[in-house]
Parts: sequence; structure tokens; C-alpha cells
Amino acid sequence: MRRVRLFLPLGLFVLLSGCGGSSKSPATDDSATGSRGKSPNATAVPLTVVDPATAGSIAGLITFEGTPPAEKLIDMKGDPACGRAHRDRMYTETAVVHGGKVQWAFVRISAGLEGKTFGVPAEPVVMDQSGCLYSPHLVGAVIGQVFRVLNSDETLHNVHAVCSANKAFNMAMPLKGMKQEKQFSAEEMVHLKCDVHPWMSAWVGVCENPYYAVSGADGGYTIRNVPPGSYTLEAWHETFGRQTMPITVDPSGAATADFTFKAAS
Amino acid sequence: MALATLFLIFAGGMVTSTGSGLAVPDWPLSYGMLFPPMVGGIFYEHGHRMIAGVVGLLIGGLAIWLLRSEPRRWVRRLGVAAALAVIVQALLGGLTVLLLLPDAVSISHAALAQIVFCLTVTIAVATSSGWRAAGETDETNAVDRTARTGDGILPTADLASTARWAAMTTGLIYLQILLGAVMRHTGAGLAIPDFPLSYGRIVPASLVGGIGIHFAHRVGALVVTLVVVLLALRVWRRHRQDGWLIRPVAALLALLAIQIALGAMTIWTVKAPVPTSLHVACGAAALAMSLIVTLRMYRRGSVGVLSAAQLDARVGTFVERAAPQAARNFSI
Repeated sequence: MRRVRLFLPLGLFVLLSGCGGSSKSPATDDSATGSRGKSPNATAVPLTVVDPATAGSIAGLITFEGTPPAEKLIDMKGDPACGRAHRDRMYTETAVVHGGKVQWAFVRISAGLEGKTFGVPAEPVVMDQSGCLYSPHLVGAVIGQVFRVLNSDETLHNVHAVCSANKAFNMAMPLKGMKQEKQFSAEEMVHLKCDVHPWMSAWVGVCENPYYAVSGADGGYTIRNVPPGSYTLEAWHETFGRQTMPITVDPSGAATADFTFKAAS
Repeated sequence: MALATLFLIFAGGMVTSTGSGLAVPDWPLSYGMLFPPMVGGIFYEHGHRMIAGVVGLLIGGLAIWLLRSEPRRWVRRLGVAAALAVIVQALLGGLTVLLLLPDAVSISHAALAQIVFCLTVTIAVATSSGWRAAGETDETNAVDRTARTGDGILPTADLASTARWAAMTTGLIYLQILLGAVMRHTGAGLAIPDFPLSYGRIVPASLVGGIGIHFAHRVGALVVTLVVVLLALRVWRRHRQDGWLIRPVAALLALLAIQIALGAMTIWTVKAPVPTSLHVACGAAALAMSLIVTLRMYRRGSVGVLSAAQLDARVGTFVERAAPQAARNFSI
């Protein structure tokens, strides 16, 4: 009995501790706009129809002023299979800047589309684990869209999603050719990491709408098929932070929005 | 056994320090296997599981051995408690992996590790030749230590008072280790980046969030240092001719000095895995040494006025009272 008294508080303590993260389920409605996936809303809300004849676009350049932080050399000695996959030295991708142009910035419409509902793309967003690196480093996904992770390596990985609004997960991918799928239920920048290979890091920008883009090696990005209107545009970078700006897209117009991040003073 | 448990605590520290806690996403198997490739973070996480498996088997074997051959009931109970605790500890380890390292479970895992370690240390002390010799001295000579003040050994009542001080020291060290576990698992280990000052000041301007937790651990270190030094002075003044008491106190002082140095190195190396894990292990060693001082104090304090059987009963009562108290502290 004394032992029971000793361990009972411990058991209750553990059971009550719980785990963070939302348990909201992904959307289940059918799309009615040509997107064959699921709607992000649980209730039957009519989907917003975007007229291609009046839709515009937003394009721009992500730049950096000052000296960006140096990328770190990746030491893959911990797993020979990773080292064998590369002839060149590999560096982290947390602050990739070429001639002042920022790669891997996530640009999205963060406000101005409230009350509108868009279909979820039927095709999955794919992220591969190749050479013990995530490829690509950053992707966008709509809430409810299938997020597919592949393992193309001869070694094992775990895919650990660090979330606050979504339900965190940690998937085992021990075999080459394995495929795992997940869906996200809330907007946020989800951090993916592999705890076997601590240098592996990637991000998923989860959005309520499909109006997002990732900047390329030239710092450029384009968001297409945007319905005319006034919006708030947000640019996010894992190292440089977050910026927003108002923007107006005229019917069939091509709006421009450049963002400049600066070195910390 | 106790050393093996201490090594297990160090290995657990390496898991956290290298960020490998989720390198193996499943449990009790590892990637569905008994022996996955020991690459990257798997080396630390699965290595910790293998060491834990060996220690668990050893503790189970110890419990069986005690049940079969140990005449003292309280020592047999300690063996059973250690075996049960190590099972709960394994379940907590599995839970923290499956629940993605929630702070409460990870901290509980760290806290129970110290209790398992203390149980093995207590068993080691109680079954040592020195412990038995203390009882045999009493039985054969029937000497009342109150009559031996001329040898520099003070009356039993004074030893009992020092024993209570030692017990308080042990409790404080345990609380300090709990605070360290909270700091470690809530990511506050570098919330104050400088040492010995805190953001260039004695007390940081803000104590919000991780800074408060981190600073509390530093204040706790000061309190523990003060209490240990006072204990050492007390033992030195009153019992310095008793090597059985003074040696573990000297060891405790040495461990405390090493522990402070390792704490500083943890900050200065930006939590490099080895010094950080050694800090965890050295903290456990200091707790164990303080426990040894406490147990020996109680043992010595009783010799001369109690029979060996009564001595064991008294220490057994102390252990049985302390265990639920520790469990209550741990569950808060």
C-alpha cells in the first residue's frame, strides 16, 4: 500500500501532463473549383471562384543589406552514408544570400482574404530526404493538403515536426524508398528536423490560402492567379525574421512587392 | 551497481545535450529493430536504452538476491523499491519519446533517475563492510559513545543533530537537481549567457521565463554550497577523528567544487555535450555523497546506545519515511 501511495502521484502527474498541439482534424469538404482536394473548412462553405480573366499576380525580390551570417559547414562524419552522398563540402541553408539576393524566403498573403474559401490542391507537397539533406529546404502547403516526405537515402531518418498550432509528430523513416504522409490543420511555419542528423532542417509554410511563394536563388518570387483586391503581404525568413507590407492587385494587374532584410546592428 | 546507474545518468545527459532525445521515434523497439544502425543521434538515444536495459537487469537481479539472502527487511524493501522504480523509469523514458518530449514527463524521467540512483547507493552503503562493522563494534564492545568525548567523538545526540543537517543537505541537493532538470528540459540552460555574472549584473534586470528558472538554479547552487560548507565545518569541528564520517564529507566538498566548475564550463562552452552531461552526472554524484554522509551519520549516531538490530530498524525507518517524502516532492 505504501508503494502504491509512492507511485500514484507520479502516475497521475504523467497522465495529466499531456502534450501540446492542436488536435483539429483536416478539412473534409469536396472542392468545387477544379481543385480536387479537400476544403480547409469543416462546414460546407461555398468556395471562392477566381476569374482567370481578372486575376493578377504579385512578384518581387527579396534582398539583404549588410553582411549576412556565414553558413556553417556540415560535418557528416556521424553517419558514413551521408558523407558518401556528397563530393563537395555541404553548408547549412539557414541564411542563403547570393549577391544580396535572399533564397528561401516565404512570401504569402497574410490578410485580405478573410471570408473567402479556396480549394485544397489535390497534388501533394513533396519533400525528399536526399544526401541527408531536406530537398527543398522550404515548401508551402495549404491546410489539409497532403504533405509527403520521402527517404531517398541509404540511411535512416526521423522526421520531427516542431509545431505550436498543429499537432507535432515524429515519424520513423528507416528504409530507402519509404514514403510518409501528413496533413496540417492550422497556419504556421512548421519546423522539420532530423534528430539522427542534427544539421537537417527544413520548413513548411502552412497557409489557409494558396497564395504563397518561395524565393529562388535569384531572390525572386511570383504569386499567380491572385483575385483583385487589397492585401497584406508577408515575407518570412527563418534567420532574418518577418516583414509585412500592404499591396493592391488590380484586375489582371501585376503588382510588385520587394522586401529588404537588414543585418542586425 | 551504483556506478553503473551513475554512468546511465551520464548517458541520459548525453542524449539531451546532443539533442538526440527523438532520434529514435518509436519505443520499446528502435525503428522497429532491437539494434538499429548506431549512427548520428541514434548512437546516444539507443545507447542510452541499451545501458538502461543492462542497469535494469542488474537492479532486478539485485532485488532478487536481496530477497533471497538479505536478513534485514528494510534492505529487502529497498531492493524491491529500486526494481519497481527502474520499471517506472523505463516507462517514463518510453512515454517521453512517444509524447515527443513533453517537459513534465522528461523532468519526471530526470527526477526519478536520481531516486533510482539514491536507492542503489543506499543499498550499497547498507550492505557495505563498513556499515556492518559499525554494528559489530556496537554489539561486541557495547560502548556508549557518550563516554568517549575525550576521543573527539561527541555524544550521540550531537551526531543525530548533524545527521539531520546532512539529511537536509541531501534534500536541498535533490531539489537543486530538480531545478536543473526543469531548466534543462524547458530550454533555459543558456537563458543567462554569462557566468559568474548574469547579463553583467549580480541579479539580472528581468527574471521572466527562462531567465527566472536559470537564475533560480544559480541561487540554488549558492544555497547548496553554503549548506554543504556549513555541514563540512560542523563535521570537521566535531567528528574530524572519525575517518568514516570525514572522508565522504571531503569527497562531497570536492564534488561540489567540480560541479561549480562544470556549471561554469556549461555556460562558457555554450552547452557543449560532454561538460553539460558531466555536470548532470556530477550533480548526481554529489547527491549520492551527501546521502552517504547522512546514512553514516545516522548509523554512527546510533552506535553505542542501540543494538545492531535496532540500528538497522532506525535507519530503515528513516529510509521508509524519506522515500514517500521524496515521492511527494517529485510529484509537485
